Amino acid sequence: MNNEMKLEFLSKSANESFARIAVAAFVSQLDPTIEEIADIKTSVSEAVTNCIIHAYPDREGIIKIKSVLNDNEVEIEISDTGEGIENVEEARTPLYTSKVNLERSGMGFTIIENFMDDLRVESIVGIGTKLTMKKIIKKENT
Amino acid sequence: MNVKHFIEDKYLVFELTEEIDHHESEKIKKRADYEIQRLMPKRVVFDFEKVNFMDSAGIGLIIGRYKTVSCYGGKIELINVNNKLRKIFELSGLKRFIREEKLV
Ligand SMILES: Nc1ncnc2c1ncn2[C@@H]1O[C@H](COP(=O)(O)OP(=O)(O)O)[C@@H](O)[C@H]1O
Ligand SMILES: [Mg+2]
Repeated sequence: MNNEMKLEFLSKSANESFARIAVAAFVSQLDPTIEEIADIKTSVSEAVTNCIIHAYPDREGIIKIKSVLNDNEVEIEISDTGEGIENVEEARTPLYTSKVNLERSGMGFTIIENFMDDLRVESIVGIGTKLTMKKIIKKENT
Repeated sequence: MNVKHFIEDKYLVFELTEEIDHHESEKIKKRADYEIQRLMPKRVVFDFEKVNFMDSAGIGLIIGRYKTVSCYGGKIELINVNNKLRKIFELSGLKRFIREEKLV
């Protein structure tokens, strides 16, 4: 199965569920297990929430998602043109959050790293952030 | 979210429903804080039976309420935690709040 889709939407928190449900519906073409779909939904939700809270803290901006299905692998790119991250390594540390006052857990990146097979983070301060995550949909399902 | 009132005058139970993300958790926090501050229950229980999605917003929700409840010596318990949610609680070090046995 080879397929591709793109989504673009405003950074409103009501779009968090829209984004994860849309990606899950697209990925369902690969016949994932319920657990694999849950992992993908959670990871998309983390990435999109980060764009809303951290990339565009006091304005609305555009969030883009691109997803590619390639045989038994799904690749999901989630990008913003917001604040950017100064120190990506520090940001990826479990429990690290720059928004302590907002009851953030600092577990977003850690959850994505655990639930997906690969996570790449590219970011430039003042330009934006792009996450590229991959997950292999195990073949024994089919 | 539904608030089930005291069971045996000890437990204040919040029955969480459907999806806990950043968007939904803001409303849940407001309601939970209102009830907790009003009643100051010894045990605050979050029931996850009807939850079908949760991301790290759920972790922030529990840690935040834990801080409030600890101030007056109360305790937090999480019940009906399925395997999907358990994975997230374990990663975040909140496993110790999960209660395996029935409430009453
Ligand atoms: N899209 C983004 N734009 C800017 N900063 C980000 C973005 N995503 C994550 N960050 C930074 O990385 C930190 C860690 O993110 P995360 O692990 O999801 O924890 P949390 O969202 O709870 O703070 C955030 O506190 C923030 O500083
Ligand atoms: Mg986050």
